[in-house]
Amino acid sequence: MSARDIILRSGTSELTPPAQARHAVDKVAKLFDATLCTGCKGCQVACSEWNDLRAEVGTFQGSYQNPMDLSSECWTLMQFHEVMDDNKFHWNFTHTACMHCDEPSCLMACSTEGAIFQRADGTVDFDADKCIGCGYCTTACPFSVPKLSPKDHKAYKCTMCSDRLAAGLEPSCVKTCVTGALKFGTREDMLFLAEQRVAQLHANGKTKAGIYNPAGVGGTGMIMIFEDITNPEAYGMPKDPVVSKPNTLKQDWLKPLGTAGIIGMAGLALVHRIAVGRNRVQEDEQNNGSEE
Amino acid sequence: MNRRQFFKLCAGGVATSAIAGLGLMPTLAFAAPREFKLIRAKETRNNCCYCSVGCGLLMYSRGDVSKNVEPSLFHIEGDADHPVSRGALCPKGAGLLDFVNSPNRLQYPEYRAPGAATWQRISWQEAFTRIARLMKDDRDQNMIKTNAAGTPVNRWMTTGMLTASAQSNEAGFLTQKFARGLGLVAVDTQARI
Repeated sequence: MSARDIILRSGTSELTPPAQARHAVDKVAKLFDATLCTGCKGCQVACSEWNDLRAEVGTFQGSYQNPMDLSSECWTLMQFHEVMDDNKFHWNFTHTACMHCDEPSCLMACSTEGAIFQRADGTVDFDADKCIGCGYCTTACPFSVPKLSPKDHKAYKCTMCSDRLAAGLEPSCVKTCVTGALKFGTREDMLFLAEQRVAQLHANGKTKAGIYNPAGVGGTGMIMIFEDITNPEAYGMPKDPVVSKPNTLKQDWLKPLGTAGIIGMAGLALVHRIAVGRNRVQEDEQNNGSEE
Repeated sequence: MNRRQFFKLCAGGVATSAIAGLGLMPTLAFAAPREFKLIRAKETRNNCCYCSVGCGLLMYSRGDVSKNVEPSLFHIEGDADHPVSRGALCPKGAGLLDFVNSPNRLQYPEYRAPGAATWQRISWQEAFTRIARLMKDDRDQNMIKTNAAGTPVNRWMTTGMLTASAQSNEAGFLTQKFARGLGLVAVDTQARI
């Protein structure tokens, strides 16, 4: 992994130099198995410990979930979804963090060159030094993951512990997970494990179990296993998340068009200068002008 | 400002923004890798003492324990080589750093005189001396060497000892040795997990 293993950068239509020209980098993924999660919040604490984030202690909101949403000081959140099944209460736990989409909406919406970027291993990371705090990413993300900080007005989110990955370690949340509900490896391996686990769940009679790896955002770097894949909303996840059309339109069409406009105008001006020449001001006109 | 100056200004503005827009401005490197915060940190292995599972810990501190440096702990994570936990930690274990560095921890010995409303800070030397003195006096006075039948029992019944619950097996063994060696019978801890 090198600093130049960037395959996609925000705020520019330029081609990024090929990162994998000399070596192939495997895409990585986290696998979250909701059927194994006990909602202990170990991942949430390990994340805040590693990333030196200390959210302010909130107030009780009627749920074990705390805080109630991700923030610039909380990059990983254990969500407690309360559901009734056959008149029996149970929780759907969701490990909420950045999904590391293959087609990241946040990156495409970002107004600033290189403030959000995607590495060859699939992780979507940000550079707070470049962030101007416009907040486009916070509204573009179909999972509402990036959040603006009230302190420095820049956007923050899970980096998949890219500093740990670069040093050959796993993300902090995955390492701490006691039940093995979180796993980490190449995306290929994680999908293989997920398929095995789903087959096992089916054999155990949980026939609705399935893999959440939405195609609308190109697949994700966090793959999830839900007991009922037909209803991901019960886990707080959107059913069919997509990269929003205005973003792609702006990035792929409007911005190049704007650049073309500037060049075109400069070209026209040049042609006009050569063909027509400068507009000579009549003497009396100039006198009129200076009288004002 | 006359018309001519206004046009010049506009042209200048368009030209400079065009330069920036066309990507002719110098840019920094795409992204520097995030710095790995444990490079050359001192790694210490220990056990989590907050429940009977006893998960393995890797504790990272600043400073390499050279003689002029006071090390300070700044990260704790699970020990993957530990046979019990294999790197995993529950939320309590994962947040141990804030236990260690808590501003609410007692930092130094304090003394409250009988009937007094305030605590006063004393030195460790003062504290140890006072505790040892009081223990010795009480033990000399109340030590039961033999029971009614004349069998040696060496019981010291008038003092109890509340030990730390957050101890490793080895520290617990030493505590037991110390307390029983003095003849203490009432030995307890607040651990009730």
